[in-house]
Amino acid sequence: MKYSPHTSKDKEQMLEAIGAASEEELFSAIPSDLRLGKVDLPDGISEMELKRSVMEMAGDNYSTNKLISFLGGGAYEHYIPQAVESIISRGEFLTAYTPYQAEASQGTLQSIYEYQSLICELTGMDVANASMYDGASSLAEAALLAVRDTGRKQVVYPASLHPEYKQVLKTYMEGIKVEFIEIPHAAGIYDTEVLERQISDGTACVIAQNPNFFGCIEDCSAIGQICHSKGAIFIACVNPLSLGLLSSPGEYGADIAVGEGQPLGIPLSYGGPYLGFFAVKEKYMRKIPGRVVGMTRDSEGKPGFVLTLQAREQHIRREKATSNICSNEGLMALAATVYLSLIGKKGLKEIARQNLLKSHYLAVQISKLGGFEPVFNTPFFNEFVVKCGRDPEKIISDLLKHGIIGGLPLGRFYPDMRNCMSICVTETKSRADLDKFVEVLGKH
Amino acid sequence: MADTGKLLFAKTHEWLRVEGNIGYVGITDHAQKEITDVVFVELPKVGKEVSKEGEAAVVESVKAAFSIYAPVSGRVIKANDAVEKDPSIVNKSPYDDGWFFAIEMKDPEETASLMSLKDYEEFIKSGAH
Amino acid sequence: MEKLIFETGSEGRNGCSLPKLDVPDAAESSFIPGNLLRRKEALLPEVSELDCIRHFTRLSRLNYSVDTNFYPLGSCTMKYNPRINEKIASLPQFSALHPYQPESSVQGMLKLLYDTEQMLCRICGMDAFTLQPAAGAHGELTGMLIARAYHVSKGDPRKKVLIPDSAHGTNPASAALCGYEVVTVKSGPDGRIDIGALKDAAGQDVAVMMLTNPNTLGLFEKDIKKIADIIHGSGALLYLDGANMNALAGVSRPGDMGFDICHVNLHKTFSTPHGGGGPGSGPVGVKAALADYLPAPRIKIKRNKFTLDSDCKKSIGKVKAFYGNIGVVIKAYCYIRSLGGEGLRDAAFEAVLNANYLKAKLRGNYTPAFDGEPCMHEFVLTGKDKKPMGVRTLDIAKRLLDYGYYAPTIYFPLIVEEAIMIEPTETESKQTLDAFADVMIKIAGEAASDPSLVTSAPHTTPVRRLDEVAAARELNLRWKKTGA
Repeated sequence: MKYSPHTSKDKEQMLEAIGAASEEELFSAIPSDLRLGKVDLPDGISEMELKRSVMEMAGDNYSTNKLISFLGGGAYEHYIPQAVESIISRGEFLTAYTPYQAEASQGTLQSIYEYQSLICELTGMDVANASMYDGASSLAEAALLAVRDTGRKQVVYPASLHPEYKQVLKTYMEGIKVEFIEIPHAAGIYDTEVLERQISDGTACVIAQNPNFFGCIEDCSAIGQICHSKGAIFIACVNPLSLGLLSSPGEYGADIAVGEGQPLGIPLSYGGPYLGFFAVKEKYMRKIPGRVVGMTRDSEGKPGFVLTLQAREQHIRREKATSNICSNEGLMALAATVYLSLIGKKGLKEIARQNLLKSHYLAVQISKLGGFEPVFNTPFFNEFVVKCGRDPEKIISDLLKHGIIGGLPLGRFYPDMRNCMSICVTETKSRADLDKFVEVLGKH
Repeated sequence: MADTGKLLFAKTHEWLRVEGNIGYVGITDHAQKEITDVVFVELPKVGKEVSKEGEAAVVESVKAAFSIYAPVSGRVIKANDAVEKDPSIVNKSPYDDGWFFAIEMKDPEETASLMSLKDYEEFIKSGAH
Repeated sequence: MEKLIFETGSEGRNGCSLPKLDVPDAAESSFIPGNLLRRKEALLPEVSELDCIRHFTRLSRLNYSVDTNFYPLGSCTMKYNPRINEKIASLPQFSALHPYQPESSVQGMLKLLYDTEQMLCRICGMDAFTLQPAAGAHGELTGMLIARAYHVSKGDPRKKVLIPDSAHGTNPASAALCGYEVVTVKSGPDGRIDIGALKDAAGQDVAVMMLTNPNTLGLFEKDIKKIADIIHGSGALLYLDGANMNALAGVSRPGDMGFDICHVNLHKTFSTPHGGGGPGSGPVGVKAALADYLPAPRIKIKRNKFTLDSDCKKSIGKVKAFYGNIGVVIKAYCYIRSLGGEGLRDAAFEAVLNANYLKAKLRGNYTPAFDGEPCMHEFVLTGKDKKPMGVRTLDIAKRLLDYGYYAPTIYFPLIVEEAIMIEPTETESKQTLDAFADVMIKIAGEAASDPSLVTSAPHTTPVRRLDEVAAARELNLRWKKTGA
């Protein structure tokens, strides 16, 4: 299958216009010993053959459509209204590029402005950018901002921060001499006594995740106060859907709010593409990475949108840029914008409530079973950790035979929690699903 | 209207106005024309130590960001908030209201290597950037 | 301008439905203490599904896109995005997979990813690939971190990264993020790296040189092997910014040229859509000596099954929480399989043919920045000859919008005055190129006879020229509820 339209007649005419004898001549700058005879790949195939071949491969995948999944851990199965896909698959959005020519990109630009506004409303912050790659890299960039802005070297984060986020944080900051301080958890949440002792005038930022990796809800006001007492920057990493119920970063005094936007109308897609959001208090407006859209007027006084604050970005500041980000997650930000518009003010609260109530119902039912015990006696949103009577990995593989993905065994992340697994319940699970899970679990 | 005749100039298009041991710094008319509309000025914090030819401030236009270098070494004692609030002042009045910051000079001898107005005008004419 | 979504709809309206609650109801405060609950609700829109569809559909119609307009953005490779690839990536067997699912339930997915890595290895002449980076710049950062890890493990961290003055801004930004000092190497009068300048800059304190090949002027670095020798001679690594692979895929391999690390842009060369600013994907390939440093986990085959191996002791870690922009990778996989080895080569040939054809057609009325030899898949014009008429490259770009063309890349690369960078891609027909050339020539005529028509463009787009200065001086970056 080829997508270029040229016939041999076209090519002949074009070569003549160029004044070249053959296409080969056009490649004369490449030394002959670097020219391939042929790439070592099979021949191309038709669309029909492609579909058949891929469908065969797909047959070895058992998705959350077919299996009842209780997996969370940073990627969440929420119902995505069909209208989201209908909008983002429109060619005018899908195949447009970065809106550098603003007059020809008002659709993209206005939707980004709306996205920025929605993130600010959700998080209670003043300014948001047009997106980052994912929650983890967004968090890493927030920490970089804090280190640069304060000139301090210490980054404080909790043991209950998502383990993959910890890794990304460390990888991103490899090139800078930073001291990481991990604060242990007490009953599943920040040990604020230890935090108070560890924080100092050398602390650039304190990171809190809410809900944290265990699903527990943190007292971010308290954490924020301790953080600010030493003049450090408070970074809140939050689940945007939980903000239908939980206190927002703006309400508890966060300076920067970041997180994973995947719960907002973006499919699981085996890990990506996802959506990092990044929002700050006005004070840090000029320090934020990434693109920002602003409203302005055209030469006739009509309102319109443009990319602005560009002088911070890589295409202008180059090595002095606030970040290296260029392409971000534009279409995913659009998906989140459409999703939030569809569910609206009331829908956000409703969905969050159903997540809360269903997960608590399941937690109660599971704890009635022998051999399963909730680990933390702390308020949680839609995820909780249970201690199992036997190896969770074995439980998972037994459950799989019943068409259930039971949960996330935590041993690979926390060696002292080898007999624990994390269970997540979203609004997608019916009571029948929950009761079935409990029944099957009871037999194992 | 500032008497540009009394100013000293750096090759990087900053001007210096000496008052006792304080030096006021801004950018020249030539610079503001090259930069075009100034949209933001990032001033140094009061108390910051700057060294001669070291970066002290940043001027942003829509399409570019320009480093502003201290013509002499010393400590920043004043920063002109007015240009932070209304960056267009830099374009409208580069030698007067558009000053950026004031330095308590560490070594007044450093001014010897700066240019007079006449030399600066020659410098621009010769096409050197 | 369309009304904002916040100004659409009315109180109480809602665009989606939830099943009735089927577990016991309770107040949230019975589970969560009041001080942890939200006090002020988020002012999200209240619209019906129709309001929403209408709003965003109307917005979409304000855009130029590849689907609707010729989009000759240099350095972006705006080729056609095949629809079968979109369909396949959205199948629930792929899109509904959770990244933490047991491996036994995702063997098809892991096979696709493994095969993609293998195909990219063959196209690039590399020994191992990672699909984790979410964009080209992300790939560059990954590449820099790998280089850093390599030098550190040799006990010689080194400080500097060499980057040509024609490089894309992400290159120095990525190097700086990694803690390196950026040293710019000048291009010579022929637009290519000045070998003398390179020899002066190379040394024991250089960790990596980042090169784009073909470079951002659309020229192949003929002396690439010499450049590689100089860089390797001092113990440094050579990195390819693969943004311009559209001229090379199937024709020549970065690995053979002497590159140790490279990234490719799936949303450029490999046809995945640009989405208005992403998602992209920037896989990174390395030679065997660097494979251990790749981000974790790696896809391996153990006992005939695909598995994710996290036991990577020398790995740089992770640049993203999960495995990559998988939804994007799937589309690229489909593209590579559709074209096959010969198809990729033909696509490169036709991309280069199109660029040279357009350059030939424009030559009489515009000045190529570099001429006298064929360009590769893109070329750069300089608009400086229009300046005396008071017309700048920006104005030409805006006037093109009036004729229904998205403007080429402007003011990049920085080393060409009033640069216009044009990359037609192979999926555009001769008819399209002829029509575009005619319009460009017409605009050149307008610049001479009626310059104000050009300098006050665009005239027919949904908005006229926008005031970017005002946007930057009076920042309005979000909607705020007025009144109460």
